[in-house]
Amino acid sequence: MEYKPNKEIIVKRIAKMFANGDLVNLGIGLPTQVGNHLPDGVTILLQSENGFVGLGPVPEKGAEDPMLVNAGGMPVTLLPGGAYFDSAASFGIIRGGHVDYTVLGVLQVDQHGNLANYMIPGKMVPGMGGAMDLTVGAKTVITATTHFEKSGEAKLKRNCTLPLTAGNAVNYVVTDLGFFEIADGKFILREYFAPYTVEYILSNTDADIVIPDDCREVTL
Amino acid sequence: MIEKKIISAEEAAGMVKDGDTVMLSGFMACGSPPDILDALCEQETKEMTLICNDTAIYNVKTGDMNGVAPLIHKRQFSRVIVSHIGTNPETQRQMNEGETEVELVPQGTLAEQVRAGGAGLGGILTPTGVGTEVEEGKQVIDIDGKKFLLEKARKGDIALIKAGTADKAGNLTYDKSSRNFGPLMATACETVIVEVDEIVEIGELNPECIVTPGFFVDYLVQTRGTK
Repeated sequence: MEYKPNKEIIVKRIAKMFANGDLVNLGIGLPTQVGNHLPDGVTILLQSENGFVGLGPVPEKGAEDPMLVNAGGMPVTLLPGGAYFDSAASFGIIRGGHVDYTVLGVLQVDQHGNLANYMIPGKMVPGMGGAMDLTVGAKTVITATTHFEKSGEAKLKRNCTLPLTAGNAVNYVVTDLGFFEIADGKFILREYFAPYTVEYILSNTDADIVIPDDCREVTL
Repeated sequence: MIEKKIISAEEAAGMVKDGDTVMLSGFMACGSPPDILDALCEQETKEMTLICNDTAIYNVKTGDMNGVAPLIHKRQFSRVIVSHIGTNPETQRQMNEGETEVELVPQGTLAEQVRAGGAGLGGILTPTGVGTEVEEGKQVIDIDGKKFLLEKARKGDIALIKAGTADKAGNLTYDKSSRNFGPLMATACETVIVEVDEIVEIGELNPECIVTPGFFVDYLVQTRGTK
């Protein structure tokens, strides 16, 4: 079977996890796209780490306001009912356990729930920004990533080798192959995404993966 | 109510001395004072320490820079304390080649350190960074079975802030997401200079809506409107 990266399937699956009224923080990059795939009837409140809740869609061309940007510095809008606050309040919300879900990108994630997503020593040192606080503080941490690096190696590991963003903090990993929960030092494969199979995932991922009885194939 | 002195961006930049610790509001330049930064770049003040969320944006392909990025380019800071340098490859280069000392701090920790600096606290206890490289060299304190890092408070010599509207007493409201570190930094520095879009008469701002009370502010600068 040939692997083809499929980012859309990742964000579509994650978007199904939320319930009405959840307070959610979406990381920069792939996680940001989760907001575009919410099921009908589900309304969530998006928090932006740079200081507001009620993050709305990208403005129409020409209507951008340089004083209203998201955590990636890109122009956004505020929904009616939104609110601004300073950075201490913003991270009080994040660290204080008030954010129901955060969705973050991945360099490596391991079966113990350790996440590395902020630097590759000697190569890429962007800094952690708000990622460490989000990983530590959000009630549920979801990581979103293509299953493999460009080299073909799985990003799901037995043990992270890159500097950690946070230890023992990740609850779920959603890749373009499947939906994994992390518990008791193992990945638990809850769903695998057609056309991939359990066997394909197991033989291409060097980590402890449990296959529960109710593990199921899902087409998204 | 005593009115604050309204000064030019050049006069404001002139108050920053070589070697000063400068707190700069802004998140990828959204909320950084553009005219004061232009003047500070022009005056070539050196050996400063920067405390800011990030070092703004430098686009290598186009050469475009915003916020504090031109000052980074001219190497006006010997030390940079920020949460993120991913959008400014020049900061990364200076760090990797040992030209500038760069300390990366989790954003929530940085915000609380500045708040603590202005609130008379010695520091804060945070779970952020436990078990990571951020923990190195720091005291780990166990509270009811949970580990926290002791992160010391931060203070500065001078705060350079962008706000939306000031009244002549220095009371401030901000403009959308440009608020970020401004209200915190206004409390944590010896001298506080605020560049604003608009200056109104005392009494025109609703006291219920003022974010930074005017007594924190030393000087106001009327922006030229470049945003």
